[in-house]
Amino acid sequence: MENFEPKIVTFACNWCSYPAADAAGVGRMQYSSNIRIIRVMCAGRINSSFVFKAFELGADGVLVTGCHIEDCHYLFGAKQTVHNYDKIEKLVLMLGIEPERIRYEQISAAEAPKFARVINEFVADVKKIGPSKLKTTPAKSSNS
Amino acid sequence: MFLDKQLKEKIKKTNALACLECGKCTSVCPVSTVSRKYSPRVLLTRALRQNSDLLLQEYDLWSCLTCGKCEEFCPADIHYIELMQLLRTQAQNSGFDGKCSHSGALQSLQRIMTTGNLNQNRRAWITDDLEISDKGDYLYFVGCTPYFDIFFTDLQLNTLEAARSSIKILNRFGIAPIVLPNERCCGHDLYWNGDTENFKKLAQLNAEMINASEAKYILFSCAECLSSFKNLYQQQGFTIHAQLLHMSQFLNEKISSDELQLSESAEMLTYQDPCRLGRHLGIYDEPRHVLQHNNSSHYRELQPSRKQSLCCGVSGWMNCDINSKAIQTKRLEQAHETEAEVLTVACPKCQIHFTCTLQDKTLNTKYPIRIKDIATITLARMI
Ligand code: SF4
Ligand code: SF4
Ligand code: FES
Repeated sequence: MENFEPKIVTFACNWCSYPAADAAGVGRMQYSSNIRIIRVMCAGRINSSFVFKAFELGADGVLVTGCHIEDCHYLFGAKQTVHNYDKIEKLVLMLGIEPERIRYEQISAAEAPKFARVINEFVADVKKIGPSKLKTTPAKSSNS
Repeated sequence: MFLDKQLKEKIKKTNALACLECGKCTSVCPVSTVSRKYSPRVLLTRALRQNSDLLLQEYDLWSCLTCGKCEEFCPADIHYIELMQLLRTQAQNSGFDGKCSHSGALQSLQRIMTTGNLNQNRRAWITDDLEISDKGDYLYFVGCTPYFDIFFTDLQLNTLEAARSSIKILNRFGIAPIVLPNERCCGHDLYWNGDTENFKKLAQLNAEMINASEAKYILFSCAECLSSFKNLYQQQGFTIHAQLLHMSQFLNEKISSDELQLSESAEMLTYQDPCRLGRHLGIYDEPRHVLQHNNSSHYRELQPSRKQSLCCGVSGWMNCDINSKAIQTKRLEQAHETEAEVLTVACPKCQIHFTCTLQDKTLNTKYPIRIKDIATITLARMI
């Protein structure tokens, strides 16, 4: 497990956590390179299909990030994220995927250090439990 | 690219070449009656004649509910739904797909379940008042309902109520059924979506676990699960060494042997034939016997019914669209016309789809009917 480099899919919202990631880069903060960021306009767009798909395609961990509730640029989006994430977490745990493999964080555009810290913590947690056990044959078509 | 040779051979087996182009299929098809475009006759003719790449990218390839109504009327004995399945498999293999409802979340969930060493936590729904065991003659196969229950919390439907009622009924007969801790999705949706490869993986895992349990009877609340086990598993070479029964069949047997007494229902009931239970498996009478037993004044037949019944409008989590809603609305209207207060279902998918349609406040006011599973209704009537 020493050399295990997990693949982490990170969803980030365009107005808060994505700029935070940017600022972390500009500020030369060190954070793990194991993450692949997928930018969405609002974290409220993220539903269980995003997370399942990531796991189905071999992600070792999935991180959902977005604005703080009152900062969401679409007013109700971040609330929707909380609601969706609650379901996502329950479903993922029911599948027997370890709780360490998913996490949700609210990170504002001004919280670059928090972004770097969350990434590092999450990657370290996933490294501890090792690669995902899921072995799937994804659909051959792209849009399902 | 034209249809490959292998596929052509398989198409022959569906008898599609015998099509008379009479159009009876289109005249009875629930989708065709509400859609301006969808026609099984046209789709079949195109499959035989046309450049298949175009066909495989066709939206309507995924509109068929595989409900089997057309087959009941086809004078040429064509196995239309198998033809759809073959074309979809070919489409998937060529990289095309339909529009998955819920962004494909449920398909992903099902594919994740093909993992061999999965350690699910899927039995949390078994509350302390329910008795299950690790060994015995009876096994209750719950299917994906524990997942649906979370996935559809927003619809405020309780898909697990049917499962809990079923276990309670079994307990009353002194049966503590086995409920497998790592049961997989039966594979129904993936099969009819054309993902035959992943369907087979799920079937294999389920067959191994169930045969290892040595149970003699496998009970189902879900019509789709039962149709997969009875028809598809058999067809694809996964043998289950047990008798497969829908809960309605179990209840009916208990009535026949005088072991089950039921009181009159407090509500007026009607019954929705699930396409999988009815046309796919020929189970029409048992649920009706149970609902009508000692209850003739509180049961109304929903028209059209049995072989002619209208199904719940979506299958395999594909192409849930305006046509689906139109079919569901029509069915709810028919149910409302019976003056029943409860629409009895025998499949969790029917429950989900009709409950979803009733989220529309206008419809809900217009057709104030409740959707309940047959086991839940029967449990309440048990003496
Ligand atoms: S199976 Fe059902 S939905 Fe499909 S073409 Fe036949 S009648 Fe129409
Ligand atoms: S009912 Fe049968 S024979 Fe007639 S058009 Fe449809 S598939 Fe062809
Ligand atoms: S805009 Fe960031 S969560 Fe909605």
